[in-house]
Amino acid sequence: MIRRLLPWLIFAVFAAIPFLPVGGFVTLVAGRIMIFAIAAMSLDLILGVGGLPSFGHAAPIAIGAYAVAMLDAAGLNHLEYVLPAAMGAACLFAVITGSVALRARGINFIMITLAFAQMVFFAAGSLSDYGGDDGYSLTVRTDIAGQNLLKGGNLYFASLIALIGVWLLLRMIVASRFGRALSAVRQNRVRVQAMGINATAIELTALVIGAGIAALAGVLLANEAEFVSPAYAAWGRSGSLMVMVILGGLGSLHGAILGAAVVVLFEEGMGRYTQHWPLIFGVLLVLAVLFLRNGLAGVRRG
Amino acid sequence: MTLLLVQALNGIQLGMLLFLIAAGLTLVFGVMNFVNLAHGVQYMIGAYLGVSLAALTGSFWGGLVLASVAAGLFGLVLEWLIFRHLYGRSDLDQVLATFGVILALNEATRIIWGSNPLELAMPDALSGSFLLVPGLRYPVYRIAVMAAGLLVAAGLAVVVNRTRVGMLIRAGATNGAMVSALGVDIGRLFRLVFGVGAMLAGFAGVLAAPLVSVEPGMGDNLLILAFVVIVIGGVGSIRGAFVAAVIVGLVDTLGRSLITDGAHAAFSAGTSARIGPAVASMLIYLVMAVVLAIRPAGLFGKPV
Repeated sequence: MIRRLLPWLIFAVFAAIPFLPVGGFVTLVAGRIMIFAIAAMSLDLILGVGGLPSFGHAAPIAIGAYAVAMLDAAGLNHLEYVLPAAMGAACLFAVITGSVALRARGINFIMITLAFAQMVFFAAGSLSDYGGDDGYSLTVRTDIAGQNLLKGGNLYFASLIALIGVWLLLRMIVASRFGRALSAVRQNRVRVQAMGINATAIELTALVIGAGIAALAGVLLANEAEFVSPAYAAWGRSGSLMVMVILGGLGSLHGAILGAAVVVLFEEGMGRYTQHWPLIFGVLLVLAVLFLRNGLAGVRRG
Repeated sequence: MTLLLVQALNGIQLGMLLFLIAAGLTLVFGVMNFVNLAHGVQYMIGAYLGVSLAALTGSFWGGLVLASVAAGLFGLVLEWLIFRHLYGRSDLDQVLATFGVILALNEATRIIWGSNPLELAMPDALSGSFLLVPGLRYPVYRIAVMAAGLLVAAGLAVVVNRTRVGMLIRAGATNGAMVSALGVDIGRLFRLVFGVGAMLAGFAGVLAAPLVSVEPGMGDNLLILAFVVIVIGGVGSIRGAFVAAVIVGLVDTLGRSLITDGAHAAFSAGTSARIGPAVASMLIYLVMAVVLAIRPAGLFGKPV
């Protein structure tokens, strides 16, 4: 019962935060948590459900963010154009890189996904029209059908709606025929193949869906910061997304939200009190792996 | 042409440093199936200890020897404290925990030594340059780094292929459970491999210290390059690591000069200045993607 209610409890907390007397900084951090939670859930589909250890999930986020920047520079700031462009580009990237990466397994898969993300990182740094290594500041936030739905505090609620929408969508995907096939591929690839299901096609589909949702997070992130830079695709970012998913508990969508909350709270929250937060965070990470074997959401799997 | 020669030599020298780091990484992975992202930290620790111990002993050589040994011991402490609990866990747990070790140790380094880059002076005996071909001088120190790398490679090849310990390491990489069942203490074997690997990475760090700036996080980029090396070479293969390290070193260094020149010829100056460096940075990842697309287990890896 508690496990069924927990996700809604999380959403309720996010919905309440702007109305509580907690100050603008808390709301800002909560907003960032929601955006990273969307990205973490999309990685959870790939990593938790599909068992594909992608170490390059920052790449589709960066592609989504750069779609915002490029269309901004061209004077196009409508979400109706920005979102399809961002998601389309990220999905295309996932189709191309995924078909190569899926030939490799285990550590080789980890490293080849990292390699593709590094390519995006260096490519972004070479886009001198969009600031190169220094990044690009948006002239204006993206609007929705001409309405300023992402301006100021509106972005917070847009992120909340996106968070709930993505959670519902992913929950549906996981429960669908495709989702169960994906889970089956993780558990026993050979058996799935023997039953006549194309395992690689299933995995590629998961990578593409994950990339599309990550691009949505990238669009939101670019609007939140009103700034885009190659750091969006940095390998440390891919690593911290993995941390969010594994810390939250593989295969648990609301666990990924909790994992995102912990990581962002450390980065933004602790970062306010001590610049040496990575030391504490790193130690806690090691302890979490050694002693908290099923993640925050505590999902047990055979 | 002479410029190309210099770039090729620089490439081989980078390859040797990469080999020193990748050798430990690939053996640890081959024998124990342990993904150690924190291996790059050993390189950084080696460089920092090298700077401090060279200042303490007043000699580069004292710093080199002491820092290499200390880095090896430090690796063994990490193994005892954390890593030995991770064998047999999933790849992901290992990636996560060793990622945490990177974060913590990079920050600890910043606290102990500060954020400002440090420098280590070359030893006087190697600080000059010599006439390579008429009209071209090349630093002696870089040649010495190359020689050190080649010596270590030759030493490792002899140990792994010709000695009893090497035989056990190869057997452990092929079938660890069987070696263990035959009465070999595989835990001790692994500690040996791990300690030597950590020492070699630390040794590479001290060697590189006079050539690069010693700063927190300096191991991260080399770690990624080292992983590219072992994946191209095929995980677990020392020979693969050596060949791939030279390939990656050459492609990275030559690529940077050739592609920028090539882009100059093909595009306007502005365009080439823009895309040249980016394409050059991507080149090794492109090589890796192509190698894995054709041979998913790497050049010298066992097919899966």
